[in-house]
Amino acid sequence: MSLANIFDVAGSAMSAQSIRLNTVASNMANAESVSSSTGETYRARHPVFSVIREQANQDAFGAGFGRDFGNMSNAAGHGVKVEGIVESQAQLRQKYQPDHPQADENGYVYYPNVDIVAEMADMISASRSYQTNVEIMNTAKQMLQRVLTLGQ
Amino acid sequence: MAISFEAALGVHDKALALRSQRAEVLANNIANADTPGYQARDIDFRDVLMQAKAGQGVSITRTNQRHFSTANAMTMEANMMYRTPMQPSIDGNTVDLQIEQAEYAENAIAFQSSFTFLNGKLRGLMSAIRGE
Repeated sequence: MSLANIFDVAGSAMSAQSIRLNTVASNMANAESVSSSTGETYRARHPVFSVIREQANQDAFGAGFGRDFGNMSNAAGHGVKVEGIVESQAQLRQKYQPDHPQADENGYVYYPNVDIVAEMADMISASRSYQTNVEIMNTAKQMLQRVLTLGQ
Repeated sequence: MAISFEAALGVHDKALALRSQRAEVLANNIANADTPGYQARDIDFRDVLMQAKAGQGVSITRTNQRHFSTANAMTMEANMMYRTPMQPSIDGNTVDLQIEQAEYAENAIAFQSSFTFLNGKLRGLMSAIRGE
């Protein structure tokens, strides 16, 4: 039943977007967490999204033949998943603050490479995507409920 | 048999099934609106419906009970196409959220109309059976 699959698809997207919101929150909270060395400093984190491919064909056809068939499969995919969370490799902000309690021997402190403006934009984008997927789920629910009244 | 359900329901039951499958494809596009490299997919509804109506598609004759049925799945998968992007983003994603949302809404309305037609057909059959 493909209407029921929409709940999985939209649900996976909502989960992925909430992870994205979570990383934004973490980045914003730690935007000013200074440290005295580059190794210890917090780095901005971002989730990596990827498509969930349907496994049904491989399961049905068994191992050897199934692999070839699975790659050949033309199906659209079945939602989105978070492949992992990567730390940004951008340059850390180095500031000369000799009075700072965390300053190193040369008087420098290191600020995280969090781009506040980009994070804010990311937050709005994630929250909008989340909203969209809630709407998709709602519409699918209405369609399913309508089907249940068929013939009445 | 004088009354065949196949003939009585016309194209509407197939249209309803295809609309729900298309809803899944569009929901998947929207879910992957932020996935790098994802390419939006869709079907040519008219073509797939014609194939479903003709009952052929790319179906395979089953000579054994244990063979897999290809009735619905294959017609959809073989007819999946990639959407032509108006403004592809730099990460290779071709989902245009506004277009997908509009298509999804249109598809839901079309689903509702197919449903209404189908319901009407069933009601007609029902009153014919009752003879009222």
